[in-house]
Amino acid sequence: MTQVPSTQLPPTATYFKNLAEGRFMIQRSPSTGEWVFYPRMVAPRTGATDLVWAEPSGLGTVYAVTVKRAKPPAADTSIAIVELDEGPRLMTHVQGVAPDEVRIGMRVRASIVDGPDETRIVVFVPEDKA
Amino acid sequence: MTSPSSLRGKTAFVGAATFGCGEAPGYTSMELAAEAGRLAVEDAGLALSDINGLFICLPNDFLSGLSLAEYYGLHPKMTNNSRTGGSAFLGHAEWAALALDAGLIDYALIVYGSNQRTGAGKLVSAQAPSPFEYPYRPNNPVASYALAASRHMHLFGTTSEHLASVAVSARQWANLNPEAFRQGDLSIDDVLATRLVADPLRVADCCLVTDGAAAVVMTRADRARDLRKPPVSLLGAASATWHSEIAQLEDLTVTAAKESGARAFAQAGLAPADVDVANLYDAFTINTILFLEDLGFCPKGEGGPFVASGAIAPGGSLPVNTNGGGLSFCHPGMYGLFTLVESIRQLRAEAGDRQVKDATIALAHGNGGTLSSQATCLLGVADSV
Repeated sequence: MTQVPSTQLPPTATYFKNLAEGRFMIQRSPSTGEWVFYPRMVAPRTGATDLVWAEPSGLGTVYAVTVKRAKPPAADTSIAIVELDEGPRLMTHVQGVAPDEVRIGMRVRASIVDGPDETRIVVFVPEDKA
Repeated sequence: MTSPSSLRGKTAFVGAATFGCGEAPGYTSMELAAEAGRLAVEDAGLALSDINGLFICLPNDFLSGLSLAEYYGLHPKMTNNSRTGGSAFLGHAEWAALALDAGLIDYALIVYGSNQRTGAGKLVSAQAPSPFEYPYRPNNPVASYALAASRHMHLFGTTSEHLASVAVSARQWANLNPEAFRQGDLSIDDVLATRLVADPLRVADCCLVTDGAAAVVMTRADRARDLRKPPVSLLGAASATWHSEIAQLEDLTVTAAKESGARAFAQAGLAPADVDVANLYDAFTINTILFLEDLGFCPKGEGGPFVASGAIAPGGSLPVNTNGGGLSFCHPGMYGLFTLVESIRQLRAEAGDRQVKDATIALAHGNGGTLSSQATCLLGVADSV
């Protein structure tokens, strides 16, 4: 059978393990200089296989916004796409501000919080409130 | 090596049908699909036993090609079960044309059916939740389309009123279609008075959740001439996929329809100005605006004012979604096949009160996932080849 490397966790598991341990880490390819999100076995477009884990600055800009409207008493939630300063984008929540006050172009900073199902997730808060 | 344009006019649609649109209580999805398929074969003047290529995907049966062959008691030479979401059936037409032209099959049946309204009571999604999206519990698919809409508004000044006018135009067409599930007066203010689901999209910006089934039959042009109805030629067909989850789309205001449309037009030797009627998968109001732009009917960013001008409504310069679309006609999940059926009905002049006068060229466009998979077909009356 084909052996998989036993010394390292696969990309998806590594991402969530890092979050569980309080670190927001994403992948980067030293050969192309590109940052990659979400974590993969191979870099999109370039096909680079030299992906390593690296800590991004945690800073980014809100790229797209919506508000998930809930039936009361559940609260409305911000659903946003944030573009990291390193380039990649991810779906997230913007917190620390009312969901309908999140604006495209807002500068935000990453924060790790409890997510559903005992996961830890990355959310963003406006930089001026971080 | 043959060029893609060599498929132009080589195959034709010779049968088309819908069944159970709206509410079909008690029916399984397969029963709805099978009956639509039977009606399309009958519409072509063929027998079920003539069909030797099956193309299908159902919401709840990942091997539905096998199920349909068994259901009909057929031994098809080709069973294609490819799934790209609501665009799948326009992709099926592309593959059927290739297989027919190569002589691998002689008669292709493309079918879809779903009982999602009376069976499940909500939209049945076939898209696997992404481990990187799901922890945020987006109310998909609407949240993903809402994110695209937010970006379009931000960059181009598109307004909620622009979005609403897509729903209003669709309703005006639906009021001319006796088969449409949702009818009655609908104003911009009515749309804006509906509840927000995912800003800026409101209930009336979202497609219906209905039951329904559709089917079409294709064959080679030489065989098509001898059947019951005037054939509708396939002039161009192309597909494109750029992403799956919305955060991975490079520019949320530009979809792969730009690529599928350009390739389909090139194959057909046609331009957007040649199109008499366009049926664009309108899962949400923003879709119609994005596809009008990406397919070249108006410049990027001008879709909002274009739809607000009444251009796509009855009496407008470009009739769009003349059956009432997914917004007001029916939306049983993967709606794409209905864009083909309506295009065929228009080109056969079978569309009754909603008939577009002298329609000779139609464009059908399907969308799958979250703006992820795009497929475009150009159809023409027989003498357009």
